[in-house]
Amino acid sequence: MFARGLKRKCVGHEEDVEGALAGLKTVSSYSLQRQSLLDMSLVKLQLCHMLVEPNLCRSVLIANTVRQIQEEMTQDGTWRAVAPQAAGRAPLDRLVSTEILCRAAWEQEGACPAPGLGDGHTQGPVSDLCPVTSAQAPRHPQSSVWEMDGPRENRGSFHKSLDQIFETLETKNPSCMEELFSDVDSPYYDLDTVLTGMMGGARPGPCEGLEGLAPATPGPSSSCKSDLGELDHVVEILVET
Amino acid sequence: MGRRDMADIISTVEFNHTGELLATGDKGGRVVIFQREPESKNAPHSQGEYDVYSTFQSHEPEFDYLKSLEIEEKINKIKWLPQQNAAHSLLSTNDKTIKLWKITERDKRPEGYNLKDEEGKLKDLSTVTSLQVPVLKPMDLMVEVSPRRIFANGHTYHINSISVNSDCETYMSADDLRINLWHLAITDRSFNIVDIKPANMEDLTEVITASEFHPHHCNLFVYSSSKGSLRLCDMRAAALCDKHSKLFEEPEDPSNRSFFSEIISSVSDVKFSHSGRYMLTRDYLTVKVWDLNMEARPIETYQVHDYLRSKLCSLYENDCIFDKFECAWNGSDSVIMTGAYNNFFRMFDRNTKRDVTLEASRESSKPRAVLKPRRVCVGGKRRRDDISVDSLDFTKKILHTAWHPAENIIAIAATNNLYIFQDKVNSDMH
Repeated sequence: MFARGLKRKCVGHEEDVEGALAGLKTVSSYSLQRQSLLDMSLVKLQLCHMLVEPNLCRSVLIANTVRQIQEEMTQDGTWRAVAPQAAGRAPLDRLVSTEILCRAAWEQEGACPAPGLGDGHTQGPVSDLCPVTSAQAPRHPQSSVWEMDGPRENRGSFHKSLDQIFETLETKNPSCMEELFSDVDSPYYDLDTVLTGMMGGARPGPCEGLEGLAPATPGPSSSCKSDLGELDHVVEILVET
Repeated sequence: MGRRDMADIISTVEFNHTGELLATGDKGGRVVIFQREPESKNAPHSQGEYDVYSTFQSHEPEFDYLKSLEIEEKINKIKWLPQQNAAHSLLSTNDKTIKLWKITERDKRPEGYNLKDEEGKLKDLSTVTSLQVPVLKPMDLMVEVSPRRIFANGHTYHINSISVNSDCETYMSADDLRINLWHLAITDRSFNIVDIKPANMEDLTEVITASEFHPHHCNLFVYSSSKGSLRLCDMRAAALCDKHSKLFEEPEDPSNRSFFSEIISSVSDVKFSHSGRYMLTRDYLTVKVWDLNMEARPIETYQVHDYLRSKLCSLYENDCIFDKFECAWNGSDSVIMTGAYNNFFRMFDRNTKRDVTLEASRESSKPRAVLKPRRVCVGGKRRRDDISVDSLDFTKKILHTAWHPAENIIAIAATNNLYIFQDKVNSDMH
């Protein structure tokens, strides 16, 4: 059952709160995890090696992951919606997915709440994942897209491509992933190559262990925004639900 | 790691067909060939050890001016040609260009020229009073390497595999989206035999990850994809082999489904068995043996490091999930081998179903010492020398391994170190 603290937070709601809350909490926890994965994937797609062509296989796999998340979010209705689900239990398959995402991703952190239980804190998985973008930015002083050094000739198309990404994300329609690669005539990864990169910026130092970055305070939106570089900030705005 | 250090990172390892020679390629575009010392009674301790035979610069970094991008000199693959005369030949490739190298030995030189003296200077003709026939005298062995063919401009995307056909006349090269067939003697054209590039690049969801010719049937080849499928193609069926003859695919396990399912199913390497009856594939967490006669599922699946299954998100974050591990058969197709993290590599005996984890490191590999099996513990009881999952070093990855074609000798590339292990006790295949 719920920890006492959680119940007390719900003071004022007399009705059958537990069920609805469990459903909501499970859904929101899963949604946050999924959102974070989406953010991370989008950042990965845009970060690339400046001088060498990016790995096409890796880009395709990440893009497919983004597509999967996006499709699921579209089915949920969360792709557009900002408001959480209406009260009521999440459908059973959503619980199953949560568990799977949890089990697959967070079991090691030991902070994965089994669906329906809720342990009263969101410290573990969400905060481990969320700071990915915020903590990385300070590591790379040239995190801002517009401060890059290097070949300038693709500047024009770079800005155009960046705009394209953001434009398509903004329309938030299911085919936006296709438009992400809409530059048909040029090789697929022209889009990636002209975008600036931190060299393998998604790779923090030697991978000594699997621990994520130090947990930040819960509440992804506010803490992430404060430390993000400009690029991350923009992505954050556009994809945040 | 400075640029010089990174240049030493070994990127491919390959024995030749007799196992006498072992070639390695590195990130700096160099190829180093090792030769096995013949066993001799005079020096029993150096029986069958590998010494450096030749080193040469195969590829140099290039710059693609059209795209403003560097083309890495890193050697992606080396494949030996079957030996047809005294010389050895191999193909080496980087992302864009394949080169055929000829390796010859010179251990004699002519002496006693009439018109030149020992240093090669022209003699004063008045001092020449008689004629002599030059004779060949032995000299210190010199290994000469020369580029005989350069197969350039065949690929828009990055080459990931090359494979020499059993006909010894043709070979194929595969990049992310296309496979080309070349004749070894012709460099200015190649035939495209597979093209999976979609008309709209927006529709791209799958790439070619590896490919190989069948060891005996010169018309058959296989290629693997990032979605975990294998396609066996017959070149007799059509000029363009976009339609596979057989599609090998294992249905997804719904209980294990996650957002990372597709990524971990991507096949990083495919190898035919020596017999030609089976294929070995490596994906992120497993190695699988497939029977060419059964497309529905692999006949054997071995877990390489299943303890990573719960850590996929972290491995996605640090990009380790995209590491491409290779796999290898032993000479009799009874044991398979693949690398893992923390400089561990794994061997699976297909007959006894036993497996072992070994480590390639200086500390644990004194000459002629027996390698101690390692164990990764995932919680629960922990024995003394166990390594816990959390202390695995993910920067130490063994991506490239090779097995001698006939004997129990393996070559393991651990970042910029090459380890060669021999099983002296069980030298014969069992």
